[in-house]
Amino acid sequence: MVSSTPANSLWDWFDKRLGLDAVSHLAREKEVPVHRHTIWYYFGGMTLFLFAIQAVTGILLLLYYRPSAENAFESVQFIMAEVRFGWLIRSVHSWSANVLIGVLFIHLFSVFFLRAYRRPRELTWISGVLLFFIALAFGFSGYLLPWNTMAFFATKVGTEVAGVVPVIGHFLLRFFRGGDEVTGATLTRFFGFHVAILPAATMALLGLHLLLVQRHGMSVPLRDEGRRLKTMKFMPNFFLRDLMGWLIALGVLAALSALFPWELGEKADPFAPAPAGIRPEWYFMFMFQTLKLMPARIGPIEGEVLAVSAFGLAGALLVVVPFLDRAANRNQPNSFLKFAGCIAVIYILVMTLLGYRG
Amino acid sequence: MKDLLKLVLAWAIFSLAAETTVFARQASTATDTCVGCHKDLTESRLSLPALATASDVHTGRGLSCASCHGGDASETDKKRAMNPAKGFVGKPRAAGVAEFCGKCHSDATFIKSFNPSLRVDQELEYRTSVHSKRIAEGDTRAATCISCHGHHDIRAVKDTNSRVHPLRVVETCGRCHVDAEYMKGYQIPTDQLPKYMSSVHAENLYKKLDLSAPTCNDCHGNHGAAPPGAASVSNVCGTCHVRQSELFQKSPHKPVFDGLGIGECLACHNNHDTRHPTDAILGNHKTAVCATCHSEGAGFSAAGNMRLAIGRLAEGIGSADEILERGTRLGMEVSRIKFDLNQARNHLIDARVVVHGFSPDLLDTAIKPGIEITRKARQQGIEALDEAGFRRKGLALALIVIGLAILATYLKVRDIEKAGR
Amino acid sequence: MNRRTVLNYFLGSSIGATLSAIVYPVIQFLIPPVVSEAAQSNVVAATANELRPGTAKIFKFGSAPGLLLRTPTGDVRAFSAVCTHLNCTVQYRPDLEHIWCACHDGHYDINGKNITGPPPRPLEQYEVNVRGDDIIVSKG
Repeated sequence: MVSSTPANSLWDWFDKRLGLDAVSHLAREKEVPVHRHTIWYYFGGMTLFLFAIQAVTGILLLLYYRPSAENAFESVQFIMAEVRFGWLIRSVHSWSANVLIGVLFIHLFSVFFLRAYRRPRELTWISGVLLFFIALAFGFSGYLLPWNTMAFFATKVGTEVAGVVPVIGHFLLRFFRGGDEVTGATLTRFFGFHVAILPAATMALLGLHLLLVQRHGMSVPLRDEGRRLKTMKFMPNFFLRDLMGWLIALGVLAALSALFPWELGEKADPFAPAPAGIRPEWYFMFMFQTLKLMPARIGPIEGEVLAVSAFGLAGALLVVVPFLDRAANRNQPNSFLKFAGCIAVIYILVMTLLGYRG
Repeated sequence: MKDLLKLVLAWAIFSLAAETTVFARQASTATDTCVGCHKDLTESRLSLPALATASDVHTGRGLSCASCHGGDASETDKKRAMNPAKGFVGKPRAAGVAEFCGKCHSDATFIKSFNPSLRVDQELEYRTSVHSKRIAEGDTRAATCISCHGHHDIRAVKDTNSRVHPLRVVETCGRCHVDAEYMKGYQIPTDQLPKYMSSVHAENLYKKLDLSAPTCNDCHGNHGAAPPGAASVSNVCGTCHVRQSELFQKSPHKPVFDGLGIGECLACHNNHDTRHPTDAILGNHKTAVCATCHSEGAGFSAAGNMRLAIGRLAEGIGSADEILERGTRLGMEVSRIKFDLNQARNHLIDARVVVHGFSPDLLDTAIKPGIEITRKARQQGIEALDEAGFRRKGLALALIVIGLAILATYLKVRDIEKAGR
Repeated sequence: MNRRTVLNYFLGSSIGATLSAIVYPVIQFLIPPVVSEAAQSNVVAATANELRPGTAKIFKFGSAPGLLLRTPTGDVRAFSAVCTHLNCTVQYRPDLEHIWCACHDGHYDINGKNITGPPPRPLEQYEVNVRGDDIIVSKG
């Protein structure tokens, strides 16, 4: 086994200290089942890759960004205009964030419809859903950081929604805004969420998520369970395919960033009247649109309160899906959950489209 | 407890007192026998004054009929109430109106007791007006105080319902001055109003509601209404357009225009229909106003040169702007350059003012810094466009590299899987 | 055998090229740009002894010019230098002892109040603080 090439002896040196052979053994042994739903496996890896891009570009942006109401806009302008390739780094960060959330939606729903959350992967699902929520929080907090008019007012509206939550609404609103109004304090706070609290939470949950994926291996669709499936080696077959996907994503991000650099807009002016057509990022559009369409009152309850409570409930239900779908563990179909999932997808699509049409 | 009682008591007394004062005031009007009789008269000529005074600014200040018309408002008998011996004046003659109003309005001591900032020179000014001179000649059709301010329902100038509110002056003057029939025999045009309405001044006044934009009285004087003399036009316009006026006064045009009796500013800008001036009125081409007098010689070429100079800056800014817009569309961040270019725009506005000195050298000095700024902005704009091009080339290169990597990965996968089979 | 070696080289070098296409802009990004500071909404407009009484200077405040003015009596004031009439840049006229806009002869007194000429509104005033040797101007 021991040979005398420098590479091998270097490996050997590290292996003795880190136990690399165990890892490489794991990688060599890992296999990926091949069936007609194999394609969905790639979306997990894609999310991971995009997250890595976010981490790298985010850290780079930190070198020039200044988190205060006085300086934030100017510093982003500085990044866009003066820093070499600043436009690229910022545009990649913004574009990649949006692609990341899009891919996350696909990853989430594919796992949902394949019912891959069933025993013993309940915790994998829960950590995944929580990561999804964290990604949305990343998006929401990151949107404000350039401190432009659109972001300012979208944040105002967004945090107002938090204020509607029954009982703890006022507390939540003050907690998010760092006061009663969206001010420089809100910006500092969102910055803290965006670059410290959320990344730390992500690291912990992501670690757990990946560990569990590794521990339980790939889930196969219910109907294929127990059957002998064709497999492919994770290393290098599946990894190389993953790599291909990543390279394509890289190319797409480069093209989007170079051809459509992320806009900067006008500096936020808290005293200016709200501009027409305030809208949140696209992934919040369905919620935004729902609130818009809600009647002021439904029976004794305010429409807004109802909508916010409904979304809260939906989020909570999403977390506990593995425990709702007992049938999955008994290998039985669950047409109700499938139906509910379809309705959710259709609802999100329709509301998003409506939001952009009017 | 005691305090509370005191409070209640105080409140009761206060409200009672307030009510009695209201009663007292009502009582005083009720005992005004002028209103008492006149409001019920069937002849509207006699009843309207009593009814109209309700909205009159003088009524609001506590004046009554007798304050202007004299007589005794406490007498119920007609003869005794309207006794000329008690100073009663019915309807003053046209020639007497100014004096009638001036009784109070020219009395600084009296007016001060109502409104210390109100002027008292209206009558004096009025005496200098063409209107007053006509009246003095026995022409009863010319305007007096009441022709413009109304009578019995006179309102303060700042009241938007007042006939002399800035937004209604045109209508008030126009009532006579537009009426060709009425103005027959005065030998002055009657087209001022439609002309004025097409002017930049009217646009600012009516569309932008800029009450400082001039209407009739701002140029002709309010009480001393008269056409300004040809040689004082630039002083009139200069009350707002100060710098243009200053430059004009020092320009070679001033003595010539005054000698010819052409009204200074109006020669190029018209009087009532003063349009928004464009660069096109400057120059030596046919439609330029300069060409009205200059058909050759030094003035002719100076006009042409000034037009070229302004054009150079305006077009320079336009083209730099266009380049920056293109940059913006390509996603370049050019706001800093736009900021700099704005300075050039300042110089252009300044240059358009400096034109009124009618000296090409003066204009060139004003334009030079603008040209320099424009040149720099343009240069930076082109650099931004180059940068956009560079980004696209860089993208193409990166995509080729990434594309090759994708191809390599694909071939590798295929190779491995073939071998595996 | 040969084919495989070629393929490996192709894969290695193309991935390497891709990595350098990523690393190059990142390294460039890390190098500080020539213009060292982002514009900001509080700005060091001048040093304390730069302005003699009765003089003024224009400074860049965000994306608009500002006017820092030392009155003849020694007070330091800062205004937006954007004329409220047509957005020209105003200046201080020591001979008139007040602020003046060259475009249409607009005059403002040293409190920024429009006194004669076309300007419809006073100039926006900024806050001035002296921190050590620097005169710092900030909005509101």
